Order: sequence, then C-alpha cells, then structure tokens
Amino acid sequence: MSALALDAAPRPLRLRVSDALYRRRALLILLLLVPPMLWVGAVYVGSLTALLANSFFRLDDFTGQVVREVGFGNFAALLQGANVDVVLRTVTMALVVTGACIVLALPIAWYMARHASGTRKALLYLAIMLPLWSSYLVRLYAWKLLLAKEGAISWVLAKLHLSWLLEALLAAPVVGGHSLSFSPLGTFVVFVYLWLPFMILPIQAAFERVPASLVEASGDLGAHPAATFWRVVFPLAVPGIAAGSIFTFSLTLGDYIVPGVIGDSSMFIGQVVSLQQGTAGNVPLAAAMSLVPIAVIALFLWGAKRLGAFDAL
Amino acid sequence: MRSSAAPASPWLRVSAWTVVAFLHVPLALIVLYAFSAEDQSYVFPPPELTLRWFAVAWNDRPDVWRAIWLSLEVAAYSTGIALVLGTLAAGALARTQFFGREAISLLLILPIALPGIITGISLRSAYSTLGIPFSFWTIVLGHATFCVVVVFNNAVARLRRASPSLIEASMDLGADGFQTLRHVILPQLASALLAGGLLAFALSFDEVIVTTFTAGQQTTLPIWMLAELVRPRQRPVTNVVAVIIIALTFVPILAAYYLTRADEHGAR
Repeated sequence: MSALALDAAPRPLRLRVSDALYRRRALLILLLLVPPMLWVGAVYVGSLTALLANSFFRLDDFTGQVVREVGFGNFAALLQGANVDVVLRTVTMALVVTGACIVLALPIAWYMARHASGTRKALLYLAIMLPLWSSYLVRLYAWKLLLAKEGAISWVLAKLHLSWLLEALLAAPVVGGHSLSFSPLGTFVVFVYLWLPFMILPIQAAFERVPASLVEASGDLGAHPAATFWRVVFPLAVPGIAAGSIFTFSLTLGDYIVPGVIGDSSMFIGQVVSLQQGTAGNVPLAAAMSLVPIAVIALFLWGAKRLGAFDAL
Repeated sequence: MRSSAAPASPWLRVSAWTVVAFLHVPLALIVLYAFSAEDQSYVFPPPELTLRWFAVAWNDRPDVWRAIWLSLEVAAYSTGIALVLGTLAAGALARTQFFGREAISLLLILPIALPGIITGISLRSAYSTLGIPFSFWTIVLGHATFCVVVVFNNAVARLRRASPSLIEASMDLGADGFQTLRHVILPQLASALLAGGLLAFALSFDEVIVTTFTAGQQTTLPIWMLAELVRPRQRPVTNVVAVIIIALTFVPILAAYYLTRADEHGAR
C-alpha cells in the first residue's frame, strides 16, 4: 500500500522533464539542435539564399538601385572576355598554389609522423599550428617587408651576388613584374606561405594513420624506401592530401586581399566581387561572380569525395 | 620497435626544418622591424634600433586603441554566442546516428569551408535586401556564424573521447539528467570548451574578409591593419601594431593547445 502511495506522489517537475528527455532521445536531440539550426539556418542559409536571389536581379544604370526582376544578365556578363580571364587566372593560381603546398608539405608531414617524437614532435606541431591560427594580415604584412625593393630578400640576394637571378625572374613573362611585391610570382609565394599549414596538418594526420607494420612489410619484401613511400604510404595519404587541397584551393579562390597588396594590377575573382559590391555598388553582379568559386569548389569537393577526402577531415 | 625512433635521412630533416623556417622567419622579421629607427622605407637591415615607436603607438594613436577595443568586444560577443550554439550542436551530434545528421554537420562546417568572401557577400546581400543598416551587431552576426564550428569541433572531439559509462554510472547512482549534465558531463567538457572558445576568440579577433562586408564604416583592428597595408600612413606604428597582434593572438592559441593536447593524441 505504502509503496503504491509513494509511486502515486507527483514527482518534481525537474525530474519529470529529465525522465522524459532520457526516454525520448529523439526529443532531446531535437531540442539541442533547434537553437544552432535556427541560427545557421536563418543567418547563413538565409544569406546564401539572398545571395542567390541577388545574382538574378539587376542594377538600374540610372538610379543605381537594385531592380528585383529575375533575369540572366549577370551570368551573361560573366561570360565576357575580361571576366573569363579573371576566373581562369584565379583557378590557375589556386591549382598552382595547391600543388606547391603539397610538394612542401609532404616531407615535413612525413618527418613529423615518422621521425619525430616527444618534445620535438610537440614543438613541430606548435610550429605549424601557430601560423595557421595567427593573424592573416600580419603574416601578409611580413611579406610586404620581405619583398620590398629595399627589403630583406633583395639584401640577402645582393650579399650572395645573386641579384641577377632575381632580375631574370622578374623579367620572365607571365610570372614577372617590376619588383617582387608587384609580380604574380610574389602573389604566388605569399599564398603558399599563408595556406601551407592547412596542407601540412591533414597530411600529417593521414601519415600517422599508416600502420608502421605496412612500411616494415614493404621494406622486408625488398622495396627501396622511395618505392615504399610512393607505392605504399602515398596512396594511403591521398585522403589527407585531398583534405588539405580543399583548404588551399578554396582559400585561394576566395581571397581578394593578397593579390591587391602583393601583385600586379591583374584582378582575381575575389577582387572583382569586392569592387562590384563596394565602389560600383552592383551587388547583383558581385553575387553572380561569387557563385563562380562556389561552383568550382563544388566540382573540386565532388572530386575530393571520390578520393575519400572527408574521412580525414 | 616503433619506427618513430628511426633516424631521418639528412635530406628529409633539412627539408622539414626549412619549411619551419619558411613559416617563422617572416614573423621574426616583423618583430625586428617594430624596433627599426627607419620610418620612410622597409630598408633591411634596419639602420638603428629604437623603442620610440611603441611610445608613439601607446600615446599618440587613439585610433589604434579604439580599433583594438572594438575587435575585443566583437570577439567576446561572437565567442559567447558560438560557445552556446556549438556546445548544443556537439551534444546533439557527438554520439548519435540519425537521418540528416551528415547534412547538419556539413551545414555547420560550410561557413569556414566556403571562402570567406562568400559568407561576406551573402550577409551583405541579406542586409541590403532586408534593409538592415550596418552596426556592431551586423559584424557579430557574421563572426558568430563561423566561430560556431570551432567550438563544435573541440566539443565533439572531447565528447567522443569521454566514456559513456560515466554517464550510465551517474544515472545508476541515482542522479537525474540535469545533475549528470552539471556534475559529470560539463566538468569533462570544460577545458575543451575553454580551448574552443579561445580559438573562436582568436579567429574573430583577426577576421577581415567577412568583416569588410559587414562593418560599414566601423574600424576593427584587422580593418585598420588592412587600410595601413593598402595606404601606409605611419609605417613604424603599423609595425608596432603587428607585434601587438602577434602577441595577443599567440596567447589564446598556445593556451588552447595545452588544453586539448590529450584530445589530439586520443584522436590518433
């Protein structure tokens, strides 16, 4: 009797809520998800929708106001010569930067994963992570100091009697310019410097997951270390390389500050977007232009997914 | 024997440390330039060293301090919002499987996976479409959106590492769900949240790409820095501010590293 009476006594509200949530996991998950999804949904997806909508609108030439009529004028404008050049130039730069980052990242990632341990490994990890998180603008500024005509690189080359090399590079077509800070070569070096940590860390993580026994087995079966690396380790690291490439590729495609500070006057996608929305006040054309990197990245992601890149993120 | 003890070939060692040097020499150079007595050009090596420019930046440049203060405020609010939203999302996604889960985590990652300029121009089009004027909050709105994923990543890593049997034990010992959250789950999460919050703070503190689209006429520290990069006014002051930024961002990054070392190694 008394046990029954106890059961019948109303439990405090807090406990009832707690029990209800414990029994219905789905409800708990839903409640947890509502605030972040509302935020990301309203702010981010809402904004992306506004972007997409704007790309179909047009700017009235006389009033400078956005006319909310659906049309494809902006996309037609994208196919004009100058805009096609901008897209090709940006995509080429993104590909070259990604390639250079892979080449530079492979040895250090392998060294960190296989040959460093304890304090040295922690130190290397910090040495990669600090630049990754620290100020992008300050790191860009550092290159303005380094690449200046009177700056450190020119000074070092002069001391080594290699100034002729620099002049030859700057005289080269396509990559050259009238000084390092005003040449595509300079833009390239700065991009590689800025995004390299984003490539090293995923590759290193992928190398860490390669079982040591595989490497030993390959060696025992008579493979030269180079053959082991290219035929056993490298294929297993491809997901990490793809993950790093997503970062370097996407960061280069969307950047509009680096080519404006270091580089000649030729434009990149980001600069066109920024100019169109700022000085020109043409948000619709800027919106259409910014869909280009989204499309290119979607293509890139699709390729990366087929390589299994997302397992390494 | 673990192969990590194997000696590296000299070629490998040299190329690894060359990359480290490539990443750090430019930063060291910035510090050197902050003490340079030369104020007209970026001449190397600096002719003379002086502390004068620190005094000038400290005393005569209220614009620098206003920009630093605005950036700190924006970062504080964005981090606060990101901590709440990121933790909730991590709680929902860490140990669960349900339809649409992948889509939700993709949605959370999207703001940093897509180039910042897309987030920026999207927000800018939304503000212009809805007629929202630029304000402190238009900056915070953008920053909080990409800070969520940083907190989320840290919290998810910790929740996946934490043993679920602790939660079961707490329940078996008679604690209700809220007591378990308060006394078992949150204490385990605390240092991961602190680390995530520090990284989110650092990210917001020097974000510039999204901010240029959402700030209007307001000047955060990175926007101040960008203006100096494009049109230098007083180069030595810029050098000093660059060193201040390095110092201000290294502290939270290092702290976050020490707080989550175990997660990193646990994940491998």
